Amino acid sequence: MTTIAPTLQADTAVASKSLWQDSMSRLKKNKAAMISLYFIIFLCFVSLFAKYIAPYSFETQNMDAILQGPSSKYWLGTDSLGRDLLSRLIYGARMSMAVAIFTAIISLVIGSVFGAISGWFGGWVDRIMMRIVDMLFSIPSLVLLILVKVIFDSLNLFENPELKALTSTLMALSLTSWVTLARVVRGQVLQAKEMLYVEAARSIGAGSAYTLWKHVIPNIIGPIVVLLTLQIPGNILFESFLAFLGLGLQPPFSSWGVLANEGWSLMRSYPHLIIWPSVAMALTLYAFSYLGDGLRDALDPKMRGRM
Amino acid sequence: MIEKIRAYSFPALLVWLLFLVINSFFGFSMHPLVIKGTMVLLVVAFGYYVVNMKLFSYVTHRIIDAFLAFFAIATMTFLLLRLLPGGPFDQEKTLPPEIMANIAKKYNLDAPIYQQYFDYISGLFTLDLGESYKYIGRPITEMLIEVLPASVELGVFSLLLAFILGIPAGVLSAANHNKFLDRLLMFGSISGVALPSFVVAPFLILIFAFKLEWLPAALWDGPSYYILPVLALGSRPAATIARLTRASVLEVIASDYIRTAKAKGLSRLKVLFKHVLKNSLLPVLTISGPLVAGLLSGSFIVELIFAIPGMAKHFVQSVNNRDYPLIMGVTLLYSGLLILSNLIVDLLYSYFDPRIKLS
Repeated sequence: MTTIAPTLQADTAVASKSLWQDSMSRLKKNKAAMISLYFIIFLCFVSLFAKYIAPYSFETQNMDAILQGPSSKYWLGTDSLGRDLLSRLIYGARMSMAVAIFTAIISLVIGSVFGAISGWFGGWVDRIMMRIVDMLFSIPSLVLLILVKVIFDSLNLFENPELKALTSTLMALSLTSWVTLARVVRGQVLQAKEMLYVEAARSIGAGSAYTLWKHVIPNIIGPIVVLLTLQIPGNILFESFLAFLGLGLQPPFSSWGVLANEGWSLMRSYPHLIIWPSVAMALTLYAFSYLGDGLRDALDPKMRGRM
Repeated sequence: MIEKIRAYSFPALLVWLLFLVINSFFGFSMHPLVIKGTMVLLVVAFGYYVVNMKLFSYVTHRIIDAFLAFFAIATMTFLLLRLLPGGPFDQEKTLPPEIMANIAKKYNLDAPIYQQYFDYISGLFTLDLGESYKYIGRPITEMLIEVLPASVELGVFSLLLAFILGIPAGVLSAANHNKFLDRLLMFGSISGVALPSFVVAPFLILIFAFKLEWLPAALWDGPSYYILPVLALGSRPAATIARLTRASVLEVIASDYIRTAKAKGLSRLKVLFKHVLKNSLLPVLTISGPLVAGLLSGSFIVELIFAIPGMAKHFVQSVNNRDYPLIMGVTLLYSGLLILSNLIVDLLYSYFDPRIKLS
C-alpha cells in the first residue's frame, strides 16, 4: 500500500513531512472527521480537568435527592444514592478515556514489537509467533478478556480493591488487544521488507534494528495510526462490557460501563439513568469512528473501506 | 446434465439450510430424521466436493490446524487455571484437612499435575469435562448441552439477519454512490458499528417492550421473543457487512470486465448479479470469520440483558464462583464454536475462490 513517493525519498525529511502535510490537508477537508477531532479534544480536556468542571464529586451522596429528574441543581438528575449524574458522567469519561488510551499505548508497544519481529525475521520465528496469534484469535475476545481478568484477580497483586480492579482491567485489555495490531504490523512489515529502500539500506550495511526503526516503521505508521484510532473506541467498549458484567470497575467509581450497568437495572422507572451514559458513549464512539475513517482516507486513500 | 446438477446443488443446499433456519425461527418442530438427513446430506456433499476438487490435502491440513488450535487452548486454560494460587474451596473458615483432602480426591486435585492434565485431555476426547465445583454432582458437559441451543440459535439468526440486511444495504449504497440514500445508509451503518449492544438493547427494550408493548422484554420462548435480541446482536455485523459490501461493489464496478459486460449489451440486472455481486462478495466472506468472533463476544452481553438461558449466564457465574471446570468448559465451547466457524469459512472460501488451494 505504500505509495511510490516515500519509496524514492524516504531519507529526506522534507519528503516525509510533505506526506503528512498532504494527509493533514486531506483530513481538514473531511468535515465529519474534523468535528469528531474537536469533540475528542474537548472530551480529553473535560477528562483532564474533571475535578474543576464537575459540579460535585463522583461519590458525594445527597440522600434528600434520590433518583431525581433533571433540575437546576442537578442538570441531568441523580442516581439511586443521590449522586449527581452529570458529575459521574464527567468522571466516567475520565476513567473510560484513561483506560482506553493507556491500553492502546501498551498494546501498541507489544503489538508492534511482536509484529515487526515476526514479519522481519520470517521463517520459523514467524511461523511460531503467528501460531500464537492464531491461537489467541481462536478465543472470542470477551472470553479471553475475562480469562485474563480471572488470572490477574487471583494473583492478588494489590491490597486495595479499587486499584486491583483498575489494574486487572487494564492488564486484561492490554494483553488481549495487541493481537490485531501485531497482525497488521506484520503484514505491513512483510510488504515494506520487499521495498527497494530497504534493500538499499541493507546494502550500505545497516543492521536489522536500525533499518526497522529508521526506514520500515516510518513507512508503515499510517495504517497503525488508523488502527489505533479504531482501537481506542474498542477499548472503551470492552472496558464498559467488563463493568457492565460486574467484572470490571465497581461503584462508587465511575466509568460509562458502571453507569450503564446501574442505569440498566433501573431502566423501567428511571430511563434517564441509562439514556445519558448511552448518549455520551455513543457520541464518543461516533467521533472515534468518523475520525478513524477520515484518517484512513487521508493517510491512504487506497485503503478506503478496507479496515 | 451432471454439470447442471453440480452447478445447482450448492445453491439448493443453501436454500434448504435457510429454510430449516427460518423454520426453527418460527418454532415449527421438525422430525429428527429431517435434521439427521440434512447432516448426512451435508457430509456427502462436502465429501464429494473435496474429492472432486482434489482438495483433500488442503482440507486435512485445515482440520488438523483447527484441532491443534483447540488443543493448545485447552492446554493453556488448564495450566493457567491450575497454577493459579487460591481456589474455589478457600473460605473464611478453613475446613479441616481431612475434608480438604476428600474434596481434592473427588475432583482429582491430589494427583500430580501431569496426571491431572492427562486425565483432562483424555476426558476431552470422550466429551467428559468433569464436574462443577459449585453445582455439586453436575457434569459440565450436561450443563453446556442444556444451554447450547439458545446460544447457537441466537448466533445463527443474528448472522443471517446481518447478511440479509447488510448485503442489500451495501449494494444499494454503492448503486447510489454519494447520493442521499448512500449517505443515509452509511450513517446507519456507522451507527451500527459505533453503538455497543448494551446501549442498543436497552433502547430496544425501552421502546418496543415498555413503551409500545409490542414485544416481550426478555427470555427465549418463541418468535416474538427472538426479534429484539437478534436485532440487538445482528445490527453490528450487519453494519460491518454493509460497509464492506459497498466498498467492494464500488471497486468492482470500476473494473474493466464490468465495462466489457456492459459494452456487450448485458442488462443492468444481469451485470449486477452475474458479475458485480459474484466478485464483490468474496471480501464479505473473508470477514465472516472475525464477524463470528465479534458475534460470540456480543452474544454474551445480549444474552445477559435479555435473560436468555445461554452460555453467557454460566460463564459469568462460573467466574464469580471460581468454578474452574465450568470456566474451562465454557471457554473451550466458545473457542470450539469459533474455530469451527472459521474452518467453515475457509472451506467456503476455497469453493468460491478455487485459486486458494494453490497457495
